Amino acid sequence: MFCSKMPGMPAQFIETVGRSTNNTLAVFGDFSVFAAQTIRWMFQTFFRWRTWKLVLPQMYDVGVKSVPVIAVTGAFIGMVMAIESYNQFKALGQEERMGSIINLSVVKQIGPVLAAVMLAGRIGGALTAELGTMNVTEQLDALRVMGSDPIRYLVVPRLIACLLLSPILTIYSDVLGVLGGYFIAVLQFGVPSTPYWHYSNQAIDSWQIMEGIFKSFWFGGAIGLIACYKGFTCGAGASGVGRACTESFVSSFVAIMVLNFVLAKMLQDLYVAIYGMRSLFG
Amino acid sequence: MNDHAASISSSPNAEGSRPKAPSIISIRNLHTRFGKLVVLNGVSIEIEAGKTIVILGPSGTGKSVLLKHIVGLLRPDKGEVYFEGHRIDDKPERLLMSYRTNFGFLFQMGALFDSLNVIENVAFPLVEHSKFPRDQIYDIAHQKLTMVGLPDAGKKMPGELSGGQRKRVALARAIAMAPKVILYDEPTTGLDPIRSDVINELIIKLKNELQITSIVVTHDMNSAFKVADRILMLAEGKIHFDGTPATIRQSDDPIVQQFISGEAGDAELAQLRRPSP
Repeated sequence: MFCSKMPGMPAQFIETVGRSTNNTLAVFGDFSVFAAQTIRWMFQTFFRWRTWKLVLPQMYDVGVKSVPVIAVTGAFIGMVMAIESYNQFKALGQEERMGSIINLSVVKQIGPVLAAVMLAGRIGGALTAELGTMNVTEQLDALRVMGSDPIRYLVVPRLIACLLLSPILTIYSDVLGVLGGYFIAVLQFGVPSTPYWHYSNQAIDSWQIMEGIFKSFWFGGAIGLIACYKGFTCGAGASGVGRACTESFVSSFVAIMVLNFVLAKMLQDLYVAIYGMRSLFG
Repeated sequence: MNDHAASISSSPNAEGSRPKAPSIISIRNLHTRFGKLVVLNGVSIEIEAGKTIVILGPSGTGKSVLLKHIVGLLRPDKGEVYFEGHRIDDKPERLLMSYRTNFGFLFQMGALFDSLNVIENVAFPLVEHSKFPRDQIYDIAHQKLTMVGLPDAGKKMPGELSGGQRKRVALARAIAMAPKVILYDEPTTGLDPIRSDVINELIIKLKNELQITSIVVTHDMNSAFKVADRILMLAEGKIHFDGTPATIRQSDDPIVQQFISGEAGDAELAQLRRPSP
């Protein structure tokens, strides 16, 4: 009935969906080729001094300049978690166990994810804007014409910096988050210090810490690759660069969330397979 | 299309045989489109070594696109590009890298690297591709800057340079590797007549001193007449005229004459002549 009344509608809808799917697949394929070329160049040039001369300034930009924002984020998340959870634990008479929940959450999930999101905002946007501007002012073409591969010269150093420094920034965020939680729980609410740390120690082992750091390595890689890809493929003019920066952050954010889910599931299954189920309430 | 151009497009050489010996670049039956827009529609050109070729044409006729095909920055939908007898349009990107060191490219806005100062910009291709020690590289870069008349600009950043200076630095960078061919994409656009003439003189100087083959895309007729050994005119995706500066002046082709005189025709002015609402 519907089809006979509006014969154009279903065909138009199918065409729109088909074109959209086709475009999405084309972009994903293009990104995959870009990522493969970057990884190939990275392995070929990783041990060359010339590569590291380009990596070191990027490490300063990605790492050192991100420390304040990561520190503030980590510390405040730890403090907020302590404030939000204190009354509930106190009602159960279990406030000494607060540390286990706060610190486990910070180390496994919130620390790595929030550090990555902050990095996507601060570094991802900056990388896309820088490379996008180089793209629209023909500097990328100038590199190609001079016989230099822009992926090797521009993308590989930025990706290496993101891969190496994302885990370090996550450790920094974790430490500040743990200290922030301690500051509120112990120093402000008067939770006894020794049991606070005892239960934290019981809940967190080196696997949990490494899980967060392992995930952050992948987050860093996704942020670096997406930011550089968006810069390399941005549209013409200032509006093209601006749009690419927005898309870069949104795509990085979605990638972080998806990767976090996939890695959390994989690592959880692996942990249970190796060590078995471990209860926080035992 | 004049007789010379017609003979080029339809000659056996233009349709697929090996390029003749004196041609350093051979473009055969090039077709390119962006979406539905046909930009190049069967362009064939033989470019002799050591000559300066000027490519003219209205905006949007594919002059810059043609330049980018010569260095492999764009790939044609159909047709072939040869450099010194070697086909390059079908080469993978990694192989093209070594070919590109034979070319210098002066981009319209210079395309200097913002994060490097002037001397680092000029030294860049040498740092990337030569085995010279660092001091020698910077000596060569300084020589090139002297050649374009900017010996004291080495420490400046690109943002501190005027438009003309940026183009001269970009030209110094383009000749740093002693290329066989230099491609100029609108080298005098945006410059005042005196700065434009400085660039024209530089193009002539480089040709005379270094025996470089030059391909110049421009709208600037003064520049074209001053530097060209041969002038090509692109229109509607094809070579519309091919001849010397003397023959283009004498051409009675209305499209050529309109472009040389720089006067808008009735078609261009029709919109303006409509009464305002």
